[in-house]
Amino acid sequence: MSSTGPTPPHVVVVGAGMVAHRFVESLLSRTDDAWRVTVIGEEPRHPYDRVGLTSFFAGASAEDLELDASPLADERVRFQRGTTVTRIDRDRAEVVTDRGERIGYDRLVLATGSYAARLAVDGYDHDGCFVYRTLDDVEALERFVERRSAELGRRLTGTVIGGGLLGLEAAGALQGLDVDCTVIQSSDRLMSAQLDLPAGDALRRLIEQRGIGVRTSALTTRLDADRSGRVIGLEFRDGSWERTDVVVFTVGVRPRDELARAAGLTVDARGGVAIDAGCDTSDPRILAIGEVASFGGQCVGLVAPGYAMAEVAAARLLGLEASFGGFDVSTKLKLSGVDVASFGDAFAETPGALDVVYADPVAGVYKKLVLSDDAKTLLGGILVGDASAYGSLRPLVGGALGGDPVAYLMPREGVAAPTGELPDEALVCSCNSVTAGGIRSAVHDEGCSDVKAIKACTKAGAACGSCVGMITKLLGSELAKTGAALSNSLCEHFAMSRRQLFDAVRVSGLSTFSAVIDRFGTGRGCDICKPVLASILSTLTGRHVLDGENATLQDTNDHVMANMQKDGSYSVVPRIAGGEITPEGLLVIGQVAQDFGLYTKITGGQRIDMFGARLEQLPDIWKRLVDAGFESGHAYGKSLRTVKSCVGSTWCRYGVQDAVGMAVQLELRYRGLRSPHKIKLGVSGCARECAEARGKDVGVIATEAGWNMYVGGNGGFTPRHAVLLAEGLDDAGLLQAIDRFLMYYVFTADRLQRTAPWFEDLEGGIDELRRVILDDSLGICADLDAAMARHVENYEDEWKATLDDPEKLRRFASFVNAPTTPDPSLAYTAERGQARPATAEDRDAGVLIAGTTLEVRR
Amino acid sequence: MTIVTHERDAAAAPADWTAVCAVTDLETERGRAALLGETQVALFLTHAGRVHAVQNLDPYSGAHVISRGIVGTRGEVPTVASPMYKQVFDLRTGVCLETNGKEPRALRVWPAAVADGIVYLREEQR
Ligand code: SRM
Ligand SMILES: Cc1cc2nc3c(=O)[nH]c(=O)nc-3n(C[C@H](O)[C@H](O)[C@H](O)COP(=O)(O)OP(=O)(O)OC[C@H]3O[C@@H](n4cnc5c(N)ncnc54)[C@H](O)[C@@H]3O)c2cc1C
Ligand code: SF4
Ligand code: FES
Repeated sequence: MSSTGPTPPHVVVVGAGMVAHRFVESLLSRTDDAWRVTVIGEEPRHPYDRVGLTSFFAGASAEDLELDASPLADERVRFQRGTTVTRIDRDRAEVVTDRGERIGYDRLVLATGSYAARLAVDGYDHDGCFVYRTLDDVEALERFVERRSAELGRRLTGTVIGGGLLGLEAAGALQGLDVDCTVIQSSDRLMSAQLDLPAGDALRRLIEQRGIGVRTSALTTRLDADRSGRVIGLEFRDGSWERTDVVVFTVGVRPRDELARAAGLTVDARGGVAIDAGCDTSDPRILAIGEVASFGGQCVGLVAPGYAMAEVAAARLLGLEASFGGFDVSTKLKLSGVDVASFGDAFAETPGALDVVYADPVAGVYKKLVLSDDAKTLLGGILVGDASAYGSLRPLVGGALGGDPVAYLMPREGVAAPTGELPDEALVCSCNSVTAGGIRSAVHDEGCSDVKAIKACTKAGAACGSCVGMITKLLGSELAKTGAALSNSLCEHFAMSRRQLFDAVRVSGLSTFSAVIDRFGTGRGCDICKPVLASILSTLTGRHVLDGENATLQDTNDHVMANMQKDGSYSVVPRIAGGEITPEGLLVIGQVAQDFGLYTKITGGQRIDMFGARLEQLPDIWKRLVDAGFESGHAYGKSLRTVKSCVGSTWCRYGVQDAVGMAVQLELRYRGLRSPHKIKLGVSGCARECAEARGKDVGVIATEAGWNMYVGGNGGFTPRHAVLLAEGLDDAGLLQAIDRFLMYYVFTADRLQRTAPWFEDLEGGIDELRRVILDDSLGICADLDAAMARHVENYEDEWKATLDDPEKLRRFASFVNAPTTPDPSLAYTAERGQARPATAEDRDAGVLIAGTTLEVRR
Repeated sequence: MTIVTHERDAAAAPADWTAVCAVTDLETERGRAALLGETQVALFLTHAGRVHAVQNLDPYSGAHVISRGIVGTRGEVPTVASPMYKQVFDLRTGVCLETNGKEPRALRVWPAAVADGIVYLREEQR
């Protein structure tokens, strides 16, 4: 068919949905020739944005949703709304309408879309049961809810049957109407067509957090109505019954291929009018586009492929070459507050496909990238909880990822995914086929300077909107050409926070500093990032502080497992769990201190500190202590320090529980646990609180009914009382709650952030913390428990391990060329019967004492 | 005072140089103290394989502890942070790059060289 016949060719379009609208627009904008176009639509409306239907509940009016009026206003177009085509008479090349009119065509385009399906169960059409497809549907739903809740005088309970993309949107809409709603899904997870099981689980938690109920693996068997015929409940296969006041079916769509069937066109076995890549049906005069068309045996309920077909059909009617390239089934959920996207080969069905998974159950994030077997080409992916990378990843499908896959998976404030370098031909907006180059030229050649202008100019972002983030990013970099600095950078070597680095290390599975900095950082680190990484690696790999490269990351205190004092000597603190010590233990400490000439003091943490030990003396001192059964007290580490106790029920006349026993148990459980900052615990035997437990990160106070647990206390610079987390716990319950609290903190706190400020920053405060730790609202408790179990299991005394390893002992030489020569600059003087570092005046006056065995006169 | 020394220099004039230890006595990115007569020197072997020698005395605290600081980089510059009050020094020049609000004070540096696996230092005219 040529476009330049003596009488203008006549195209009849059946259906006036989004795809029909795009077809007309495309056809007419491509030619000025005198075509005649007749559009016949069943709905009594101007074509509207079905994709944006849910915004109706957010206040958008029917007019707001209307698509651009100009294509149908073209004088070459005749638009008949509210008219249904009932038959195609192929012999006479005519369509017949429900008004009995016959309209002849040169070419016929079927764009009849789909029906929304209902579940084939008894009662599916009771009053109060809806589908979710058209403006009429949503208007009726809104009216019903208003009327029914007024009638019943209470909030309604609603049920959405079908847990796919549309079902979740509908649930959000019901919630917007003040309906308490639950989504029923027959399979084992939400959005089962797009998500794998872990992603579905992550999504479920996000949906539940929004206050929407989710019931999976649930088959509805019957809907019941009250006497007035209104739905009141549903029965499930397992026999259970739930009350409901309104039901929305979102169980899928069926192509509206009935006209084509009746006319004898080839229809696919699974439904849909079969088309070829040119959108031709089995009758060369008839084309089919949009959801009704089946290509390669598949109908797809997305607008982007429909638009692509519309373009192909329009071009081919004008005699141009064009073909439909297949479906891009990428999707993004448009439910505010819930980020979900799935694109490309999300299920890794390509032979040899690899996947890289990042899961942060704490933040409710699950992300998966599917890569080719050489890990170079991006094939697809799933993003739940944070789909910010969707815009930048989707255009890369089928092409080289051009960067570290993990970088794309990190939390959004993390490493900037290398998106700035999108090639010009990368498709940014797939709804409207706009490439990165197209957007660049809109900025530079058309002078667009905001997203609105780009939308108007290129249509990018004007349909489903999921590419807007990407457009914004491109726009920003084109306009400014400056890289914005990331504010939460740890230091110049890592452009991320401790928490992000923790996640990066966890996901990548890297276990050495060099590997981590090569991949996620720059340079060779510094005194800020190295200790942070040492701590993170300790939590994740559980290796000794001085193992291999670990040794180079440690602050001097951790490096020699002692606390550096002002003159460069060290203090030694053996663990005295719970502050309980035997007379024999006291004698050992006294003897060691005496033999090495160390100053001794009882610390504020209920133990004994020995000061003035020289670097080369540390192994000898510790040999003595370890042989006598002592172990490191970690006074030097960002780790558990002490568990302070009071004497408790064993001796005290008021004590109600064994405070010392519990303190010892806690200290032995958490000893050596490396953390963002130091951790201190306290246990008091009664409410008089002699252990000052409420000044600790975790405070435990005995009551007749069990242990009360307080968290987030602090002494020090900004004192703060700990807050009650749980009451009346038994021993096992207490341990479990502390395990989880501490690990949750270790996983998520910032560098040098103690529990008090961390807790202050925690969204939702103590209630949220309770939900996480006691009710497992994030589903992370198993992870936290496992991490703590690993810690307890792997604990070894790091001083004993050092003494057993000659390689580790080498670092305690005072001088590399004189390993046992004391630092000649150290000098001491006596005060109150003990040694202390000499001041400049002492040195001038010459009243010095020195040596490993020093005599102090009393 | 930037002294760039190559291994050749040591071989060329071994007489001016003092052997201090074997390179294998050093640990990459972790310092070691050495005695040069009465003077304490802090030796560092960087990731790039270079040996640097600076004074062990921390000018800010008066303690001999520079060898026990954390080694790293600032941009391209190899650095050490004092373990006491965390001032950061350029290992090549001894210049203090981060004074933490104090007056700038530099570390003395010694030319260092490696020949046949031995670390040599040269006493400089100051
Ligand atoms: C030795 C000891 C003082 C003493 O002789 O009693 C001590 C000594 C130091 N404390 Fe402490 N603190 C000691 C108990 C405390 C206590 C009391 C307690 O634990 O009940 C507190 C208040 C409670 C608290 O932490 O909430 C305490 C709050 C601090 C703080 C402030 C922390 C804060 O959150 O604001 C610092 C500074 C820091 O960590 O950044 C600090 C830092 C230090 C440092 C690391 C200062 C430094 O950089 O040299 C000291 C080195 C320890 C060493 O050389 O052994 N020390 N420090 C106590 C060791 C306890 C132990 O057995 O391990
Ligand atoms: C709530 C909702 C959210 C969605 N979100 C997204 C999304 O985020 N992303 C995405 O890609 N897709 C989304 N979709 C799907 C998208 O809307 C459809 O894929 C798209 O509208 C299909 O366009 P179409 O023109 O082929 O069919 P339709 O839009 O269904 O249009 C077909 C039209 O033809 C009419 N018709 C049918 N038979 C006849 C006849 N015999 N005579 C006359 N008229 C007839 C129908 O009444 C209808 O108006 C969503 C759909 C819904 C309902
Ligand atoms: S807290 Fe209670 S049990 Fe403990 S010592 Fe004080 S009074 Fe006794
Ligand atoms: S991808 Fe849907 S509007 Fe751009």
